[in-house]
Amino acid sequence: MVIVSALLIAVGIFFFFAGAVGVIRFPDFYSRLHPAGMIDTMGLLLSMSGLALYILAHHGLTGPNILTAIKIILIVIFVYITSPTATHAIVDAGIRAGLAPWTKKKNGGNDDDSH
Amino acid sequence: MDSFFLCTGVAICLISLLSLYRSIVGPTILDRIIGINALGTKTTVLLIIIGLLFDRVDMFVDISLAYALLNFITVLASARYFHKKKGLHGESLTQK
Repeated sequence: MVIVSALLIAVGIFFFFAGAVGVIRFPDFYSRLHPAGMIDTMGLLLSMSGLALYILAHHGLTGPNILTAIKIILIVIFVYITSPTATHAIVDAGIRAGLAPWTKKKNGGNDDDSH
Repeated sequence: MDSFFLCTGVAICLISLLSLYRSIVGPTILDRIIGINALGTKTTVLLIIIGLLFDRVDMFVDISLAYALLNFITVLASARYFHKKKGLHGESLTQK
């Protein structure tokens, strides 16, 4: 069971790394919201479930440990509700401010403004 | 298993530096908000790992829950604040 939790945490860290690379590498901020909003949530789900599983498996199935695991699952549920909401609010602010989405034709093929 | 959690915490710190890069050099203000949002999501996991290292998970999980809530409120409030500003274009954004 500890091996399974370690594997879950490792896969979650990989998702975090992929999300961070996506936040750096994507050319537009509308496309940057995609790794920031979704892949980070997926990494948080995997890491948090791995940590909750480790707490239940290694520290024992007593009352406070079960409460701690339930609180960790509550964090995951909360982030699952609030992360798309925050993403939607940021997109709304960007559209109302008049930021144009990135298109390849307008830039002439080079992505020199991607940082 | 403690060394595994230590390595995981160091890895999360290094990945947070990548998000911090976006929030420092971001062309617009909303890019910086995205970077801070991604960094706060990683910090919730990092707080629970710190709690496991210190054997006080029952205390650190509350801090992590409060941090997730505070992160959401911060991002939402700043997004709604820049909602009303028309001239949001950053320092180096030239295209309309």
